[in-house]
Amino acid sequence: MKNKSKWLSGPYVLWMVLFTLIPLGVVLYYALTDSVTGEFTLSNLANFANYWPIFLRSIWLSIFATLICLLIGYPVAYYIAHCKPALQRLLQMLIMLPMCISFLLRTLAWVALLEDTGIINNFLTSIGLSALPLIRNNGAVILGMVYNYLPYMILPLYTVIMKIDHRLVEAAQDLGCNSRQVFAKVTLPLSVPGIVSGITMVFVPAVSTFYISQKLGSPGTILIGDVIESQFKAAYNPNLGAALSLVLMVLIFVCVGIMNHFTDSDDEESMVTL
Amino acid sequence: MKRFLSIALLFVLLTALLPVQAQAAGDTVTINVYNWGQYLSDGTDDYINVIEEFEAAYPNIKVNYMTYDSNESMYTKLKTGGSLFDIIIPSDYMVEKLIAEDMLEPLDMTNIPNFAYIDESFRDPSYDPGSVYSVPYTWGGVGVIYNTKYVDEADTGGWELLWNEKYAGKILMFDNPRDAFAIAQLELGYDINTEDSTLLTLSANLLREQKPLVQMYVMDQVFDKMQRGEAWIAPYYAGDYLLMVEENPDLAFYYPEEGFNLFVDAVCIPKGSEHKAEAETFINFLLDPEVCGQNLEYLGYSSPSSAAKEFMDPEVASDPIAYPDTETLARGLSFSSLSLEGTQEMNSLWLTVKTADTTTTVYLILTIAAVVLVVFLWGFVKFRKRRKKARRCRKWKQAQ
Repeated sequence: MKNKSKWLSGPYVLWMVLFTLIPLGVVLYYALTDSVTGEFTLSNLANFANYWPIFLRSIWLSIFATLICLLIGYPVAYYIAHCKPALQRLLQMLIMLPMCISFLLRTLAWVALLEDTGIINNFLTSIGLSALPLIRNNGAVILGMVYNYLPYMILPLYTVIMKIDHRLVEAAQDLGCNSRQVFAKVTLPLSVPGIVSGITMVFVPAVSTFYISQKLGSPGTILIGDVIESQFKAAYNPNLGAALSLVLMVLIFVCVGIMNHFTDSDDEESMVTL
Repeated sequence: MKRFLSIALLFVLLTALLPVQAQAAGDTVTINVYNWGQYLSDGTDDYINVIEEFEAAYPNIKVNYMTYDSNESMYTKLKTGGSLFDIIIPSDYMVEKLIAEDMLEPLDMTNIPNFAYIDESFRDPSYDPGSVYSVPYTWGGVGVIYNTKYVDEADTGGWELLWNEKYAGKILMFDNPRDAFAIAQLELGYDINTEDSTLLTLSANLLREQKPLVQMYVMDQVFDKMQRGEAWIAPYYAGDYLLMVEENPDLAFYYPEEGFNLFVDAVCIPKGSEHKAEAETFINFLLDPEVCGQNLEYLGYSSPSSAAKEFMDPEVASDPIAYPDTETLARGLSFSSLSLEGTQEMNSLWLTVKTADTTTTVYLILTIAAVVLVVFLWGFVKFRKRRKKARRCRKWKQAQ
């Protein structure tokens, strides 16, 4: 059996080597070579010193977006998981529905809503109120991230919460836990795997996004994804772009690593409490 | 039986058809045309559809049309390879750069007899001596577009309108280093082709000063933003202004008094083109006075061929913005190609302008707070674990 599964995973392993490991090697090569002479250099990586404020902003905006996603997503996932199966399917579909429409289109729709001459501000001015600065600030960027990545938070949470054995909840209730204690001691610890994958699935794409900040942000809210994109698209300096992507990758690993460290120890504890 | 016969008949008919089709497909050639966005009349508002007309005139050539939004992104695409283009339309300084880097094919003028219609003053340009590699497509100037509904007439006239704090958040700026630096250099009174490090740095500083006032750095998005009044002031190409003003009559345009960039965009064939002769046929078609006249009437850009003007609406052909008087033209300055070092320096300065940041301290404080919190939490979790373990040990001992 073990042998068979090894063969079956072959195509993906091959795929991963061809399209993940080798490109990663290319990124590494570019990051460590000079753009003109092609010699080995660390100056591209040293350029990080110029961009750390942008790295910081990207990470913070993504952290805020991820936290908001978690705060909104958890109650929604909890609610869906406790609905009747037919309603569950409907709600699940409704959450997935926006994902069927192009990501770019959805972001552009937000632009049309939030602009100074957009739908919301036009409405406000037509009823005699003054227009609000809705677009081109950090809030708009975070809004764009939350809107676009919320399904990636809800779906893993929903899957995990749905699978929680209801007998454990009943047992806790029998042993005298009130509803808050049941949630804190049973439901929440058991949904940690969902929280972890939800956070990862929101944080990682949010931190490297460039389209959202270009459309909803101002020239002052440029994110690291924008810088990397411009290196490849306009400035033609793939070496610097590769170096910045590499640094971003390391930073993401560090962030995810820190999170995993905490949730892992939480996990052990929850096993103990049970 | 009848059914079998009809199927057999159908089969025979189909096989008879197949070779004919295959032959027809074998004869057609597809040329890849890579052009600026909104830079070829496409049949909108009953104007000529250049590609359709060309394919009708030359049924064995198909056109695959793609667009870019700046000389720099076109250059990057050419440089990174992966795609073969047969026609590109870069601006003057980019033609010079591409020639210097041996990236263009010399044109066979016997395939382009319509070159004869190009005005004398546009032949033998400084960016391509002898017109060996390029044929002029359009020319024009860069000026300031503004919305008369919101912008005070008294503030207009020079480039300083782009630095006017009254209009903060309503100003657009070029999203490419060459055009953006030229504006700062003209405002400061420098040469627009300077490679002097100090002058470039000072220009970059001026651009950085402008950044808080800028709504967005744009290229083709300028159309949408200016037409709807989302932005009020934008430096852009005169030809595109003429296109915009048809959608929003509140817009106005002027050539700043400090001087402005005068450019020529030229059709070239990049190295590696597999269908050079067909590409030259396409260039020849573009230069046909009737096609050129109707195409440029739609585009609003100025024509390098006087013969083409006869096929334009006389009002368009004498428009003072598309064809400024000699006094205005005297203020026009053209780009020349910068050295590789100069280009790189400008690119990296441009990047510092675009990535300049003023809110760093907030994030720095947040980060330090987060690190402290993480360390504290880590210590707390460890401490609790140890205490729990100790308690459990105690319980276990008591139980024994």
